[in-house]
Amino acid sequence: MKARILICMGTSGISAGAEEVAKCFKKELNKYNLQSKYEIIRVGDRGLFRDVLVDIIEPNEERITYERVKVIDVPKIVKNHLKNGEYIKGLQAGKDYKQFFARQMRIVLSNCGEIDPENIEEYIEKDGYEAAKKALKMKPEEIIEEIKKSGLRGRGGAGFPTGLKWEFCRKAKSDTKYIICNADEGDPGAFMDRSILEGDPHSVVEGMIIGAYAIGANEGYIYCRAEYPLAVKRLDKAIGQAREKKFLGKNIFGSRFSFDLVIKEGAGAFVCGEETALIASIEGKRGTPNPRPPYPAQKGLWGKPSNINNVETLANIRHIIDKGADWFSSIGYNKSKGTKVFAIAGKVKNTGLVEVPMGTTIREIVYGSGGGMVNKKIPFKAVQLGGPSGGCLPESLFDTPIDYESINETGAIMGSGGMVIMDQRTCMVDIARFFLSFTVAESCGKCIPCRIGLKRMLEVLEQISEGNGKEEHLKFLKDMSQTIIDTALCGLGNTAPNPVLTTIRYFKDEYQAHIKDRSCPSHVCTNLVRFEINEDKCIKCGQCFTVCPTGAIDLKKREYPILNKEKCIKCKACIDVCPVMAIE
Amino acid sequence: MKIDVSHAKKIIQRYRKKKGILIPLLQDIQAIYGYVPEETVGLISKELSIYPVDIYGVTTFYTQFHLMPQGKHTIKVCQGTACHVMGGKGILNCISDKLGIKDGETTEDGRFSLERVACLGCCGMAPVVVVDEDFHGNCNFQKIDYLLNQYKSKKEES
Ligand SMILES: Cc1cc2nc3c(=O)[nH]c(=O)nc-3n(C[C@H](O)[C@H](O)[C@H](O)COP(=O)(O)O)c2cc1C
Ligand code: FES
Repeated sequence: MKARILICMGTSGISAGAEEVAKCFKKELNKYNLQSKYEIIRVGDRGLFRDVLVDIIEPNEERITYERVKVIDVPKIVKNHLKNGEYIKGLQAGKDYKQFFARQMRIVLSNCGEIDPENIEEYIEKDGYEAAKKALKMKPEEIIEEIKKSGLRGRGGAGFPTGLKWEFCRKAKSDTKYIICNADEGDPGAFMDRSILEGDPHSVVEGMIIGAYAIGANEGYIYCRAEYPLAVKRLDKAIGQAREKKFLGKNIFGSRFSFDLVIKEGAGAFVCGEETALIASIEGKRGTPNPRPPYPAQKGLWGKPSNINNVETLANIRHIIDKGADWFSSIGYNKSKGTKVFAIAGKVKNTGLVEVPMGTTIREIVYGSGGGMVNKKIPFKAVQLGGPSGGCLPESLFDTPIDYESINETGAIMGSGGMVIMDQRTCMVDIARFFLSFTVAESCGKCIPCRIGLKRMLEVLEQISEGNGKEEHLKFLKDMSQTIIDTALCGLGNTAPNPVLTTIRYFKDEYQAHIKDRSCPSHVCTNLVRFEINEDKCIKCGQCFTVCPTGAIDLKKREYPILNKEKCIKCKACIDVCPVMAIE
Repeated sequence: MKIDVSHAKKIIQRYRKKKGILIPLLQDIQAIYGYVPEETVGLISKELSIYPVDIYGVTTFYTQFHLMPQGKHTIKVCQGTACHVMGGKGILNCISDKLGIKDGETTEDGRFSLERVACLGCCGMAPVVVVDEDFHGNCNFQKIDYLLNQYKSKKEES
């Protein structure tokens, strides 16, 4: 067997120059006549953002990972390592890399960053499509029973048991049914589904074949957001290859079951992640939600029974069929089984995708895999879970285990798995305002509570962050939130007040500081920042001077910097860069 | 400016007698013209018996569609959660300042269009800016300067 050189080529890898690195490897291998010995494989994202990751796997030898590889490093790697067998110490992935992967349990992500997503043979080599083969020999009811027993719950947000959902759709009487994969990942701060689609598209296709057979659908749709061009391209390739192999099309695996898939590209609307809006969008209409019932399982796409599942949910299916429901349900905690992929981003050292068993605590994720804060001097403040439908949790709740029920109790939601870590430089009022401005912009406008109620809440939050807050505003926000939660038409409105409610619940003193003292403790709300340099804190590092785009900061040797307010445009670049929060 | 609608006619032919076609059809039209020209809306309406109100309903609902010509390069600045926390707003303001346009607008010379988007799915390298199809992570003010200059000179070459 040839030795393998794996190069990570997700969207992030490519932006860091992975394609150039791969080309350079090819050239250098040719130069030393090694091309017959080594194979260059373009794999998907492994989950850790470390610019270009390169793995060298030689038979019977330890696997070597290099991180932050640049084109100029390639000749060195080829000459020293591949030719002469000397590892390059300085480039080898270090402690952070090991720590990031140490606590993970990779099931859904097992193939991401390990195989070439554009080559079906590699997937087949990893037992790909075995589960589909096995499933098509089972009765549909048996499959549903197995999924029910496994305890798999939807990974798209609500956590509805997948087996039950399939059963509803199976029982609906109709000549045509549809299975739909929700790849609209609109939650800002989440990128699990993108990485799965880019790194292992066949696992989703396989999950859909099994699901379609179980519910009795012959046609499937994958609704993917337009912001993910690479994911669409790889899916398209995967579907084409699966068709060639006759895993899709007529009489799959010689059975009487026929099934095919179509990709539908979204056009940029967050609300289209909601099931009924997604259906409207596939039908070519404005993506506005409809009241439920009737549920999609009875009356969905083109009025036919339809089943909608998230990407990660579907990627789990093959493993359950392969290894059995008992194996799956042995992983996890309470009523949440299996693993969950989280996208960690924000002010932590290691950002990327982690897959952990349910029941892992938030602390283990942030300080374990995440490796703690980027800047040790500026401590942690909050973690945001579940995007615009979720909430911000303080450190005191860090030992909450990750499962649907425990997280709901805190007022946040599990959501799709976005986890943004914030430090003391993030203002909670500003975050609440940020999420509301997002939901106001994305509200489809069909129902009044969401369209007008959220707008009123946003106006109040803007007043607070501009320093015009009033004592009674807090009560208004809470009352209005409750009304919207009770009356909005779809999940977008029902959950939109969560970021406001959780920030008021856990960070009330920050709201009070804005309202009573007219100050922003995190120096974020521009109107409440004085732009003065606190000489007690300043360490004269000079970074503010370097970063100021208008030259408003004057720095003389060994003196404190002076900020010229006439030149200052309040861009806050200095505040962002100051390591000790000395600009107030 | 007159629009050559023959491309649009060809595209429309491909979608005849199919269901749920409006969004992909408009996406294809936008891929050719860079936006959805008024003339093509009339054409779609006539050829496929869809009311113009439904077409405009769709084009205005989804942020992807433009009804005005776009700049040569489209700059998308992420304003998702992670990018917001890492200073994405400053980046947007900075670019907007440098180009002299607000988000959703196009520079007078037709070189750049500026857009804000919510999460591009690369939150690990926030703040993120995308120019045309190229992703640029971990942006700061210096990098923006460099980027804009690069694209400005690119234009002059071609
Ligand atoms: C406003 C809104 C946005 C949503 N966005 C997504 C999304 O981007 N991806 C997703 O999988 N589910 C999303 N959902 C959840 C879906 O409606 C649905 O619950 C899910 O796709 C069901 O799949 P599951 O059972 O596999 O979780 C969203 C829901 C709402 C209300
Ligand atoms: S928040 Fe900017 S890429 Fe996700």
